[in-house]
Amino acid sequence: MFDRRGLLLSAGALAAAGCSPRGGGDAGAASLLNVSYDPTRELYRAYNTLFATHWRDTGQGDATVEQSHGGSGKQARAVIDGLQADVVTLALAADIDAIAERGLLRRGWADSLPDNACPYTSTIVFLVRKGNPKAIRDWPDLVRPGVQVITPNPKTSGGARWNYLAAWGDAIRRPGATEATATAYLTELFKHVPVLDTGARGSTTTFVQRGIGDVLLAWENEAFLAVEELGADKVDIVVPPFSILAEPPVAVVDQNVDRKGTRPVAEAYLRFLYEEPAQVLIAQNYYRPRNQAVAQRFGTRFPQLELATIGDFGGWTEAQAKHFADGGVFDRIYQPSGA
Amino acid sequence: MTRRWRWKEPSVLPGFGLTFGFVVFYLSLFVLIPLAALILRPWELGLGGFWDAVTTPRALAALRLSFYAAGVAALINAVMGLVLAWALVRYEFPGKRIIDALVDLPFALPTAVAGIALTAIYAPNGPIGAWFDEIGVRIAYTPTGVLLALIFVGLPFVVRSVQPVLEDVDREIEEAAETLGASAFQRARLVILPAILPALISGVGLAFARAVGEYGSVIFIAGNMPLKSEIAPLLIVIQLEQFNYAGAAAIGLAMLGLSFMVLLALNGLQAILSRRGQA
Amino acid sequence: MSAARRSAVRGAAPFVIGVGVLWLALVVLLPLGMVFAEAFRRGLEGFLQAFDEPDAWAAVRLTLLVAAISVPLNALFGLAAAWCISRYEFRGKALLTTLIDLPFSISPVISGLVWVLLFGTAGWFAPLLDALGVRVIFTVTGLVLATILVTLPFVARELIPLMQQQGADEELAALTLGAGPWAIFSKVTLPNVRWALLYGVLLCNARAMGEFGAVSVVSGHIRGLTNTLPLHVEILYNEYDFVGAFATATVLAGLALVTLLIKSLLEWRFADELAATRRH
Repeated sequence: MFDRRGLLLSAGALAAAGCSPRGGGDAGAASLLNVSYDPTRELYRAYNTLFATHWRDTGQGDATVEQSHGGSGKQARAVIDGLQADVVTLALAADIDAIAERGLLRRGWADSLPDNACPYTSTIVFLVRKGNPKAIRDWPDLVRPGVQVITPNPKTSGGARWNYLAAWGDAIRRPGATEATATAYLTELFKHVPVLDTGARGSTTTFVQRGIGDVLLAWENEAFLAVEELGADKVDIVVPPFSILAEPPVAVVDQNVDRKGTRPVAEAYLRFLYEEPAQVLIAQNYYRPRNQAVAQRFGTRFPQLELATIGDFGGWTEAQAKHFADGGVFDRIYQPSGA
Repeated sequence: MTRRWRWKEPSVLPGFGLTFGFVVFYLSLFVLIPLAALILRPWELGLGGFWDAVTTPRALAALRLSFYAAGVAALINAVMGLVLAWALVRYEFPGKRIIDALVDLPFALPTAVAGIALTAIYAPNGPIGAWFDEIGVRIAYTPTGVLLALIFVGLPFVVRSVQPVLEDVDREIEEAAETLGASAFQRARLVILPAILPALISGVGLAFARAVGEYGSVIFIAGNMPLKSEIAPLLIVIQLEQFNYAGAAAIGLAMLGLSFMVLLALNGLQAILSRRGQA
Repeated sequence: MSAARRSAVRGAAPFVIGVGVLWLALVVLLPLGMVFAEAFRRGLEGFLQAFDEPDAWAAVRLTLLVAAISVPLNALFGLAAAWCISRYEFRGKALLTTLIDLPFSISPVISGLVWVLLFGTAGWFAPLLDALGVRVIFTVTGLVLATILVTLPFVARELIPLMQQQGADEELAALTLGAGPWAIFSKVTLPNVRWALLYGVLLCNARAMGEFGAVSVVSGHIRGLTNTLPLHVEILYNEYDFVGAFATATVLAGLALVTLLIKSLLEWRFADELAATRRH
């Protein structure tokens, strides 16, 4: 495989005009490009091996899957600009909607797979310093005096948008809450944020490696990974009583698979995510599996908590326009004082 | 006075047509056509839309920070770069060649790596950041951090512009001035400074222009807080994340226009100075 | 009085050197040291582990390939531009010089973005590229274009001042002696500027290999396929493989240091010859 890549590269260089960066297409050896967001690196590295075995065992031949990772919005833009993705596995539906708007895949993509085309879910939890010295247990604790919160910028990070919506969901369900009190809570919350990184991984590094802040708002799977990779002796996970059901969706990019003739393997690649072996892998990588039997096997790993859904916000189109678009609620939080 | 207007002075040396043609072709291909795309794109928004895109409070704050920090960084580099160039040209000391080679490092080190390394050092738990933290000074995640990263990327421009000129300043004139009783300060002000000023200005201009647009090293250390430590290139990226190409190009165009004006002013100043130097 | 003053100047030497070197240490040497310290935090073994991965070597090859295409082109451009600007008087020369400097003042983000605006799916040339079945963005071509734009001025900026200072006397003499254009160029001009040319090429190469912002926009970030070394560093860093990220970064820093040291050594070795050229 190593040599094949090298050859492809030199061939591409010789052609200078630069054809497709990848081979793909020839019968028997299928090659896919999965364009994904940042935190799924470990999951898809494992899943691609699993799928290749499955594809070979069912007599369909070899399947290699190349990976591209980056911020969810940036990745969607790359696909729009011509990155030849066969499948996209992004952080939020709004980013796949943006690709659909440009006609690269059909608008009803969410109906083509079970569970709104989200084979796994996650939620937003708190990562705190070892022993939780600031006693942070619930959303209102985040805006206590002296507490510093780390979250990426919702404008550039999909995960940060889930963070934001989870915070809003908690604020709006409190007794006597109104839009005004929720906005006030979010405004106060972001006053406690000393660093806004552009992506989820950047925020985790800022929190764990640079020692900035008392609590990190993170994907549940990212929090587990941070504990595992960066030190169980440094940080603890705190699951708040209420959070949001984060649903990262997947879709086949119709225009690209039809041109490359990779539709069957691309569709199989996404469908197999719902099968039991894949669901086990998903749970092992700290994503919440859709398959309840698998979820139960992992028992206490995924505690039950009350979850808002994106539906409570009227879907992504509405949430996006209201909160994150230019001039939306998030922008108003960062108005200069007096304006 | 009866001279005809001529586009080009005649020369017996061959190759003008070939080299001029190639240079114009190359510049068109790699600079002019791409810039045309940048210049024409924002007008989709209309003049009003363009104006709105670059005058929101956040855009203004980001532009102000980028230009202000780049300016201060260029001035600091002017002073420290001059000191460094002076040390490298006028004195012999052990390790001089290594120091000389190190000056170019900011050209070579990927900006993201530089940003990560600077953050690790100057963060409150970093080796130097901790020391500053004790006296209550924060460097990383404040505009000071932005400044530090911009000093890093601009340093070689000043040193490398001044160094060759400083080597050329005639030691004899200096010695003559000394014999005539000029003090060290007078010699520096009257003999050396006029000679190196055009090169210094040109180096400072380049350091400034480079710093204004810098992205990779700054985002790690800046903290990126809107209105406080958010730089203009980050706003371009944010616009792109929202699939707003025209808005991104608008901010890019505003930045380019502003730094072009600064460069033009510096070039004008340089021309005046070198004319006065010759007179 | 005069003697006292002179010793005061000599007394300034340690101060000037001290301040200059300390400054360089704070701004440049310390970050460099950090990169190496992190890279070897788990010893030589941990360091070497970073190169155990085929993707790292794919990134090395791609980086070399991109530099091998863009640096010679920019060197050729630099020579042509320096010849054209230093040997002739024509109107619009100032404009041409400013245009050559312009890429320094374009934000790297923009240097990548402009190619997307031209060659992306919604770009100006998209219909043409579609008809030809050629792709530019997210391929090696896109990386080369972005790299050329970012590093375009380096060689030209080294050569123009030198050739202006040297003047055309020697070339004119050769012409009088009946030398042809190629002989003038290869026997007179090239030997006179070779050190500046070498230095310009080294800088251009270092910057081409280290460029991050612009290539990040036009690369598809596909592991092992369209990742250059700086992008590979970013990937490793984002995978919390800090040792691997910094180990990869030392390759770039080391490459730059070695080339620059070679340049210094050559200059030192040929110091007499250089001084002779400068006295023209």
